[in-house]
Amino acid sequence: MLIMDKAQDVVAPPADTVPAAAVPADAQRLASDTVGDVTAKDAVICVRGGNVFYGDTHALINVSLDIGRNEVIALIGPSGCGKSTFLRCLNRMNDTIESARVKGDFRLDGQDMYARDTDVVMLRARVGMVFQKPNPFPKSIYENVAYGARIHGLAANRAELDDIVYGSLERAGLVDEVKDRLDDPGTGLSGGQQQRLCIARTIAVNPEVILMDEPCSALDPIATARIEDLIDELSEKYAIAIVTHSMQQAARVSNRTAYFHLGRIIEVGPTDKIFTNPAHKLTEDYVTGRFG
Amino acid sequence: MRLPTLLLILAAIVLAAFFLGRQRALSLARPAGGVRSLHSLPKYYGYYASLGAVVPGIALLLMWAAFSDSLITSRVVASLPEALRNQPEAQLSLTLNDIRNLAAGQMQDESRSAEFAVAADLYNSLRDSSRKVLAGLVIALSFSGFALAWLQLRPQFRARNRVEAVVRFMLVLASLLAIVTTIGILLSVSFEALRFFRQVPVGEFLFGLSWSPQTAIRADQVGSSGAFGAVPLFVGTLLISGIALLVAVPIGLMIAIYLSEYARPRLRRIVKPVLEVLAGIPTVVYGYFAALTVAPIIRLAGQQLGLEVASEAALGAGLVMGIMIIPFVSSLSDDAINAVPQAMRDGSFALGATRSETIKRVVLPAALPGIVGGVLLAASRAIGETMIVVMAAGLSANLSFNPLESVTTVTVQIVTLLVGDQEFDSPKTLAAFALGLMLFIVTLILNVIALQVVRRYREQYE
Repeated sequence: MLIMDKAQDVVAPPADTVPAAAVPADAQRLASDTVGDVTAKDAVICVRGGNVFYGDTHALINVSLDIGRNEVIALIGPSGCGKSTFLRCLNRMNDTIESARVKGDFRLDGQDMYARDTDVVMLRARVGMVFQKPNPFPKSIYENVAYGARIHGLAANRAELDDIVYGSLERAGLVDEVKDRLDDPGTGLSGGQQQRLCIARTIAVNPEVILMDEPCSALDPIATARIEDLIDELSEKYAIAIVTHSMQQAARVSNRTAYFHLGRIIEVGPTDKIFTNPAHKLTEDYVTGRFG
Repeated sequence: MRLPTLLLILAAIVLAAFFLGRQRALSLARPAGGVRSLHSLPKYYGYYASLGAVVPGIALLLMWAAFSDSLITSRVVASLPEALRNQPEAQLSLTLNDIRNLAAGQMQDESRSAEFAVAADLYNSLRDSSRKVLAGLVIALSFSGFALAWLQLRPQFRARNRVEAVVRFMLVLASLLAIVTTIGILLSVSFEALRFFRQVPVGEFLFGLSWSPQTAIRADQVGSSGAFGAVPLFVGTLLISGIALLVAVPIGLMIAIYLSEYARPRLRRIVKPVLEVLAGIPTVVYGYFAALTVAPIIRLAGQQLGLEVASEAALGAGLVMGIMIIPFVSSLSDDAINAVPQAMRDGSFALGATRSETIKRVVLPAALPGIVGGVLLAASRAIGETMIVVMAAGLSANLSFNPLESVTTVTVQIVTLLVGDQEFDSPKTLAAFALGLMLFIVTLILNVIALQVVRRYREQYE
């Protein structure tokens, strides 16, 4: 490593490196691997030098990225590139994996998520998550949505709880389909409806950020289109980070896109720039379909 | 020829049939263009030939075993002199027993008349010739069965389908065996129970409050007339099983929750089998643990608190039985909890639920039917348990819900009623069968409930 550092001192920086003046100095220093601007205006989540290890595997290597309020950021990249790992760091879902170790600076509204005194329960209430496979609880539709409100004591009485449930189902675009059968099991819905139920369940606890881990990969095109419309609507109120394997989906729903490759963020930028005029060779190869 | 020799010969024929059948298939295939021209793999032709050899022989053997004795007996009876032949049924069977014993050389009774010796000789010679005929027939049948199978073999012969049909038939037979046995047990118990109910009214048995099965065996004996009210026994069973479940369900459930949700996988791998050892300890050992260790402790503790504790209190037996059935609850609940998909927990955690909220509100409700199944299994085990109660809870049929008193259970009474010399027509002995029938019905109902619950369980998630 020492030798390589010296060699880099001697040779000129690679041609595709963005000039230092284009991004703030500290971001440039911390995210020296990444092309493009990792910062966001009015950032709600701020990651600097994030690393994740699964046992001996270094799954996420020195990544830095901001997520702004009211933006939809798409995380794309080939399988095993660390995008889901990154997402799971943002509400500490990696805590449930025994071998996982997380290093680096992860901040939500300026507070260190991994500080000793951080309450992971409160963190997850503020950073919700929707999973790849719809996972409604084996309870009624009503109870699925009421669950989060109940455990956080958001409703003082039944009427308030009803309001939260109806409001969430409405914002998730599900209320018309299920309002007559709120007592039916949530597992009896179709896949797309289940996923929207999971979204309703997430927004019922009123989070600031919603993380979506390939939310449409188990759904048919029509259900996918409905979820994408929903993401559009939700972006007015929530910051959304979505992992997706579909580049069309990333292009349709997101404002910014981060391209992950082998545990690093290769490039970050406005979505249209990433897809039309990527700066890094690897990004270009991926978005033009040369691999991945 | 003796049976083992016959079976060995049969095995040799079967083995030879396999190789000959396979060889036959291969040689049939050769001119048609190799193994690929056969419908089935060569080994299936071998299996088919083997089955042809073994099935008729075994079938004959089984039929012979079932019917030969009654045939021989009827021939012997027919040969008996008029006076012996026309005895009443019970006497005749005694006579036949004597003849069999004489034939087997187990009885040297010179006082018996010559007719017995003649009959015994006839019996022996008939049995000898029957065995010879059997051996010859079985071997002949095996050969001809094999020959028939052999002649059927053609390249396009569907040997695999035939063999698979036979295998499927055997699988059906195996599953029928279990069912038939259960029905057989139920019937044998039912008939004896019916005889009991002819002497003691069903109403008195089910609702009577006093249990005292001692009846006078001889007419001149001084004894109680007997009382067959089973309520004290069922109350005792209920009491002891209830105590056992009160111990086992909370502890077992907490063990299951700890093992599946909190313990590290390595600890779980060690602790779970160790816990299951508890279920493997012989109940006799639990019995003297209850009688010699737990009961004195309870009595001592009771005395300190100023309570009257019987030396064979229900509490001691119940506590120890509870410890015995902990693994049923913990192991099955642990399996049920583990079967809840991780996605359920993730969904709950991602909403900001704590581990305890997740367990209480998502995991346990989803696993509840499996847990109930485990509890019901433990309950049927507790109801059927005998040894611990015999040793630690005593025999006195008190009608009491007080765990500090001595009670007795259904199974204990069955044991005491059937131990020792018995008269099989006195209500005292027959009562055991009536109790057994009741116990069977109760545990059957519990099992049906458990099955229903488990069936619902499958529809819970996914």
